[in-house]
Amino acid sequence: MAEKAAIPVGALIVSVALFSIFLLFFGKSPIEYFSLVWRGGFGTAFSFQNTLQRAAPIILTGLAFAMTAQIGLTMIGAEGALVLGGFAAAAIAIPLVQAELPPALVMPVMLLAGMAAGGGWVALTGWLRHARGVNETISSLLLTYIAIAIMNFFVEGALRDPASANKPSTMPIGKEYMVGNIPGTDVHWGFAFGVGLAILLYLLMSRTTFGFAARVMGGNPRAALAQGLPVGTLVLACSAIAGACAGLAGYFEVAAIHGQANASLVARYGFTGILVSFLARHNPLAVVPVAILFGAIAASGGLIQRRMDMPDATALVLQGIIFVVLLASETLQGRFAIFRAGGK
Amino acid sequence: MSDDALLTILIAMLGGAIRVSTPFMFVALGETLTEKSGRINLGLEGNLVLGAMVAYAISYQTGNPWAGVLAAGVSGIFLGALHGVICGLPRVNDIAVGLAMMSFGTGLAFFFGKPYIQPSAPRLDPLPLGGWADNTALQRALDVNPLFFLGILVAIVMWWALANTRWGLVLRMTGDSEPAARAMGVHPNQVRLISTALGGFLAGVGGAFLSLSYPGSWNEGLSSGQGLMAVALVIFARWNPLRCIVAALLFGAAGAIGPALQSVGISQGYYFFNAAPYILTLLIMIGSARSKAAAREVPGELSITK
Repeated sequence: MAEKAAIPVGALIVSVALFSIFLLFFGKSPIEYFSLVWRGGFGTAFSFQNTLQRAAPIILTGLAFAMTAQIGLTMIGAEGALVLGGFAAAAIAIPLVQAELPPALVMPVMLLAGMAAGGGWVALTGWLRHARGVNETISSLLLTYIAIAIMNFFVEGALRDPASANKPSTMPIGKEYMVGNIPGTDVHWGFAFGVGLAILLYLLMSRTTFGFAARVMGGNPRAALAQGLPVGTLVLACSAIAGACAGLAGYFEVAAIHGQANASLVARYGFTGILVSFLARHNPLAVVPVAILFGAIAASGGLIQRRMDMPDATALVLQGIIFVVLLASETLQGRFAIFRAGGK
Repeated sequence: MSDDALLTILIAMLGGAIRVSTPFMFVALGETLTEKSGRINLGLEGNLVLGAMVAYAISYQTGNPWAGVLAAGVSGIFLGALHGVICGLPRVNDIAVGLAMMSFGTGLAFFFGKPYIQPSAPRLDPLPLGGWADNTALQRALDVNPLFFLGILVAIVMWWALANTRWGLVLRMTGDSEPAARAMGVHPNQVRLISTALGGFLAGVGGAFLSLSYPGSWNEGLSSGQGLMAVALVIFARWNPLRCIVAALLFGAAGAIGPALQSVGISQGYYFFNAAPYILTLLIMIGSARSKAAAREVPGELSITK
């Protein structure tokens, strides 16, 4: 257990050190940088809420990657599932909103539509993998581009709101159909759903026979087959859950932030989620704090840009360094005698 | 549709195929070289974007676009070698490292590229091969960048070298069977490091084409995922450098259908045609996933086919 946390934390420290050298090289102060990340991400009630708000979609896409990583698959299609989920939610809302149905009915329908679209999309990757032997990494990547094209096709065509001149969008769903904030905060409900799902998925993976079977498969697919575990069902179920998480993120992007589906949905949350999941070692519970950390880096971007005169891509460099160092650190698993002596 | 419109579309597709295919060709050749050694580098998108930025910056600073092309290649070697070194460590997943290199390379490019979005750098001059044609659209379509021919040359040399040189044999053996390579006294990690670094060089040059020829400027939205698509393209081309040329031309032409139709006033289906190469690749993957002919051509050590 200790090793599982120690190696990513160590990797994080090494990354911060490397990034500090990078900053020093440009005559910038690493201390100023990280104190600004702290201030811009956690310093005030406002900035902390901003951080949580930004963490919401990353929690969900992180969970999406973790769910398929747990069964040993590398699916990078959360971005596409998010876009398609957001689009499906916005599209299904159009006739319902026009019919002026009550929000209590429309909102759950939108949410389910988003989850179903995302879930179906990633389940397709899982099915191709299981039934046809198509590599899931490549197909999920291709399906992401196809998902974005599907959204653009409708948003620029049949479902385009004529009022959206510069940025083609679907019809705005209207204020009363939008998702509000968690009472007493400025954080939308997507964050609460993300945390709730993280707990649920953690319980599913660690406390149920389904989760046990999934982890056996992740550890050794041949053993899983030999044991007669329902490998196909596991692949389909885990990829559908993963896609539903990403689709939910898309729903909240539409229903809590943008109010309509457009190109803003393509915001690389799906790819950030991959990094978050790796840093959390694909543990659903650990995804939450890691996502909050990345939310803080994003939330403090503006402050750092103003105070230190550094481009917003600085955060991308930091993320890239963390990602590279973290993966290189995987090689250290099981190499430290102190963790073995402690009895795992 | 009138004959004129049809001609316009065909010429636009020809021009598009030549222009759009060049970065595809370089990235796909780089990926082929890496995958032939039994490793996959999903991070060539990072090489492409960083290469585009470096090429533009160096071309602006030195006034010589070819210096930019070379520098782009060197930046690609840097990312490729980093990938190669990390993947040489035990228990490291090459697919995930590729994703990390993609975000690292893109981050570096955006960070250093900020000051170069505004200024205008000298581009690579095309070879005007359309002088004989009366049609100006055709003339423009045949303004071919020298990198296009360089790419074809690289493909031919690679195809020949893989089949006929000692180095090619060592590379293919490492890709097909690690135990066999070890038995011959070859260090698989070394071979893969070299092939990933060289593959990275080619991808960087592909990026130089983006910023110095077509579209011909540097900005953060320059690449539309060509680096990632190249991975699919290599599967499409079944690890054969010559087929990479054909596949790149095909992808380029498919990508050019949408804009070409738009130029004659047909805007319906623009995004469908944009997605056509992805759909095509997916269908080919589905079709060939379990075919014996495909299995024969896959490098045996490749993680995505195991």
